[in-house]
Amino acid sequence: MPAFQRLIRHPWALGLLGILSVLLLWWITTASGSVNKLFLPSPQAVWLAGQQQWTSGLLLKDALASIQRVFIGFAMSAGLALPVGIAMGTSPVICRLLEPLMGLIRYMPAPAFIPLLIIYFGLDELPKVLLIFIGTFFFNTLMIMDAVKFVPRELVETARTLGGRTLPILTRVVAPFIAPQVLDTYRINMASAWNLVIVAELVAATEGLGKRISLAQRFLRTDEIFMGLIVIGLIGLLIDLGFRALMRRACSWAN
Amino acid sequence: MHLQIDRLCKSFGYGAARKEVLREVSFAVHSGEFVALVGSSGSGKSTVMRLIAGLEQPSAGTISIDGRPVTAPGSDRGMVFQKYSLYPWLTAAQNVAFGMELQGRSRPEIRERTAYFLEVVGLADAARRLPRELSGGMQQRIAIARALAAEPQVLLLDEPFGALDIQIRESMQEFLRDLWQRTGLTALLITHDLEEALLLAGTVHILAPSPGRIVRSVSVDLDHSSMPHLRVSPSFLALREELAQNLRSLEPAFAR
Repeated sequence: MPAFQRLIRHPWALGLLGILSVLLLWWITTASGSVNKLFLPSPQAVWLAGQQQWTSGLLLKDALASIQRVFIGFAMSAGLALPVGIAMGTSPVICRLLEPLMGLIRYMPAPAFIPLLIIYFGLDELPKVLLIFIGTFFFNTLMIMDAVKFVPRELVETARTLGGRTLPILTRVVAPFIAPQVLDTYRINMASAWNLVIVAELVAATEGLGKRISLAQRFLRTDEIFMGLIVIGLIGLLIDLGFRALMRRACSWAN
Repeated sequence: MHLQIDRLCKSFGYGAARKEVLREVSFAVHSGEFVALVGSSGSGKSTVMRLIAGLEQPSAGTISIDGRPVTAPGSDRGMVFQKYSLYPWLTAAQNVAFGMELQGRSRPEIRERTAYFLEVVGLADAARRLPRELSGGMQQRIAIARALAAEPQVLLLDEPFGALDIQIRESMQEFLRDLWQRTGLTALLITHDLEEALLLAGTVHILAPSPGRIVRSVSVDLDHSSMPHLRVSPSFLALREELAQNLRSLEPAFAR
């Protein structure tokens, strides 16, 4: 019994239990034959579909295509949001100039830009990457701006009384202080980026996990749709865990 | 070194919302002196400190060091804030080294002086610890070491022990007095605690509130050789009581 209690107290135990329960429920439902398997394929069928796509190399190709789009679009967004967010957080003038504009654009749903992006840039990679940029840049910037505004005044003023000028204060006081919040901002908004790449691929793409799902719909391959959804979720989870691990290692002082 | 404050005035806000915080505050601090400003809240004592540090600009009057006017923050005036202002991501030693790195000193010099000032504040053992692993008193000692390591001409102490428990406060007061005697530093202390001012400073200026102004200046001619004795000596207690009455009479009637 103590061994069981130790198992139950493991931080992952309950989370795993939740996932397994749903899997079990899913298996029971399909095994009982009470649901049309066209609507709800069995876990085994989904597993087989996954195996099949893996051996044909399609799964890896699709996943890499989606990951690459997310990576490029989000890197652009994160890279530009950092200086702009810091500028807005430190300068009231820049903040008053840009905050209303960004607040407005932020509320425009990024997928609504797809028609425009297709008209402007066609069906290549650029419109998909730009969609991810549009959908995450404004959130990233405003959240980084907020992090900068919460840098304690004493920390900045101490550096000034020690002879620090503006640039060293930004790189040696503001940057390290906001690092944990910035990483957390990226982690949260990465979820949107991951959503948007699938949306973009559903609309127009030749490869990618979203494209695979929309193709599967055309042939009523619900097992492939389920497989796609699960893979998308798993990759997202891995990225999330990656950010958390990075934060633990790089910002141990903030824990 | 000669820090001269001359008819310093400061107001915040404009028009009807304008609030006069300081009116014609004048005093001087010379090399090796320990001067204290005592006042209740609203006496503008922290504003005096921020003006001297260069973090705010005076509305009128001048601040000068050896005749050169103060216009911006600089490492000739080291400041210790009430709230612990250590950088939480840096170890104690890295915090002490921080100012010297901003000044662009050489690595061997920084290493040597960091070790020296950690020793001076009695925290050589804590060099590798993060601020959150240190007590409040230890954190303030590191903050003082960091300010001193940057070689200021005057150390500005803005209620440095205001956030500490009473017992730790007393030991920190002894520590600071001892540090002043050993290193010959020049210090300006701001406090609301009359006892603290009289224990530490050779000159005490009393600030009256709304607007802040110096109403009395006292030279403390007491035997400072033993702080525990001084705390309970009749002459110390008499002076403290006299000044305390003075301070109380300055408070607006509703606060008495």
